[in-house]
Amino acid sequence: MIADYKSPDPAVAARFAKLRERPVILDVRGVTKTFASEGLEHTTLDRISLQVHRREFLCVLGASGCGKSTLIRIIAGLDTPTSGEVLLDGKQVDGPGPDRGMVFQSYTLFPWLTVKKNVMFGLLMSGMGSTAAEAQAREWTSLVGLSRFENSYPHQLSGGMKQRVAIARALANRPRILLMDEPFGALDAQTRAQMQAYLLDIWRNVDVTILFITHDLDEAVYLSDRILVLGTNPSRVAELIDNPVPRPRDRSQFISPPFLATYHRLGELIHPPQSGPHERLPMARLTHVGDDVE
Amino acid sequence: MKARRKQILVPFGDFSPKAQFVTLWLSFLTPVMMWCAVSYVPFIWHPLVRIVEPSSVSYFKPDTLVEKSVFHAENGKLKAQGLPLATGLPANPIFLPAPHEVGQALFESFTTPPRRKGEPWLHESLSHSIQIIFWGFFWSSLFGVPIGILCGSFRLFSGLTEPVVDFFRYMPAPAFGALAVAILGIYDSPKIAIIFIGTFFQQILVIANTTRKLDTSLVEAAQTLGAGRVQILLKVVVPGIAVDLYNDMRILLGWAWTYLIVAEYIGASSGITYFINQQAKYRIYDNVFAAIIIIGIIGFTTDRILDRIGRKIFPWQKSSRPSLLKKLLAVPRPAQPA
Repeated sequence: MIADYKSPDPAVAARFAKLRERPVILDVRGVTKTFASEGLEHTTLDRISLQVHRREFLCVLGASGCGKSTLIRIIAGLDTPTSGEVLLDGKQVDGPGPDRGMVFQSYTLFPWLTVKKNVMFGLLMSGMGSTAAEAQAREWTSLVGLSRFENSYPHQLSGGMKQRVAIARALANRPRILLMDEPFGALDAQTRAQMQAYLLDIWRNVDVTILFITHDLDEAVYLSDRILVLGTNPSRVAELIDNPVPRPRDRSQFISPPFLATYHRLGELIHPPQSGPHERLPMARLTHVGDDVE
Repeated sequence: MKARRKQILVPFGDFSPKAQFVTLWLSFLTPVMMWCAVSYVPFIWHPLVRIVEPSSVSYFKPDTLVEKSVFHAENGKLKAQGLPLATGLPANPIFLPAPHEVGQALFESFTTPPRRKGEPWLHESLSHSIQIIFWGFFWSSLFGVPIGILCGSFRLFSGLTEPVVDFFRYMPAPAFGALAVAILGIYDSPKIAIIFIGTFFQQILVIANTTRKLDTSLVEAAQTLGAGRVQILLKVVVPGIAVDLYNDMRILLGWAWTYLIVAEYIGASSGITYFINQQAKYRIYDNVFAAIIIIGIIGFTTDRILDRIGRKIFPWQKSSRPSLLKKLLAVPRPAQPA
């Protein structure tokens, strides 16, 4: 029998109570996005609302094509909603800005700049002097453990290292919220697990709020405080789950009852159980008689 | 070993350093060897006869070139009359000098003064030509590069300029020759103008295209890092396309060279074109060949030098293949066993 994901233990419940008292940093109100293609209106996002509290780690989970990337792009200001609004600290978002740092799935490091100069980029854009910017960039580079590579170019780094630079680059601007659009989606399983642990470390030690987009159920449960599940076609908020897995997290919790319960519920939401038996491929037998493998 | 040899004929297959070394030398040596064969092996071509002993044929003079058929016909007549035969050596037409003659001409054109006083030396002609190219390309790039980048970055600019540029680029630059002379006189200005016209319109389109190929997610990343419009243009777009832009410029410079000969015909003929024409008038084809080969060497060397410089100034380029010169001189090491 799978445990109930809705009744966390008292310590977790207390943490959520505390979280809800924190001020709301990001307020998404009824954001709708429709695209017109070939005369047909296609709704990607349907009245999405969410609130992120200060220092919260919120995961947005959805199957591919549910419009979660569109949502984060709207929050970043790279896209405009058809209706609804996005408020950051109560002020309406109008275009991209350094107060919302963004980490993309494709690494988007500037290939012509060294690691250190990549991290300095946003600081220089804000008008900081280059000496101060360099000193701060050094700190952020060492925070993500890449001091040795500060003079390397991005093409000399592995995928995981590139993404750590991207995180350092976004954090150097001291954004109010860090938006992460499937940042570990292109990494192999081991690197991804390591990056998740790094990210939790960073989040614990740096004053930052994180909105994290993913389609990976494990990743969502492992990282988040709350999980916003988006349905598909058109995507509405399917459920907002208070993650009952206690913190600090480690990978041994993957088989703990609250983790499994949450994972199970997310699976139900993302892949609704189909009526009838599993659909099978219409495969004819092409083996010799008696050459069975099962 | 056999498996590796097969790889050479597989599309996108492996190509060992040794094979690269061999093909590199072959690509240069093959045409030279063909030229040597045609020049030095008498039975491959040699359609003419160079008269050594004219005997009693009135119009044969020592060292003149006559058709083989004429030579044999005359000798036939001489034989019938019982007269001594004319002698001669098989020869190629005057417009195909042998490699050693061209080599000698190449050397002598730098060491012996021109035939007539006031005529330019080869190196003077060359430096004049290079100046024309330089200024034509300079003025074209001064306007073409920024306009191209603006066209690639803003739909507004590309909408305003590209259709009309597309229209202009189909007009052959030499067609503007008469006009250029009428407006700019007969000396260097109209020649520079022709190089400009030949390069400028292509340049805008090529650079606009290169700019459009920039990964837009880099622009978005810069926006989320707080970069403004001008900062995006100067700190993201320009460095982002720099490598491709540089390589475009190398190709465009090659195009500028192709307009040179036409440009130099316009107004008062000058530079390397004038040199070649004069030498052709004197029927010194050794010098003509020497001049053409020098153009090739200059173009090729410039491109190699630019390639070198490019690798120095863009250290973030992923593939830094060794320079051609290094490859030509390097003794290939056997491929590492896998």
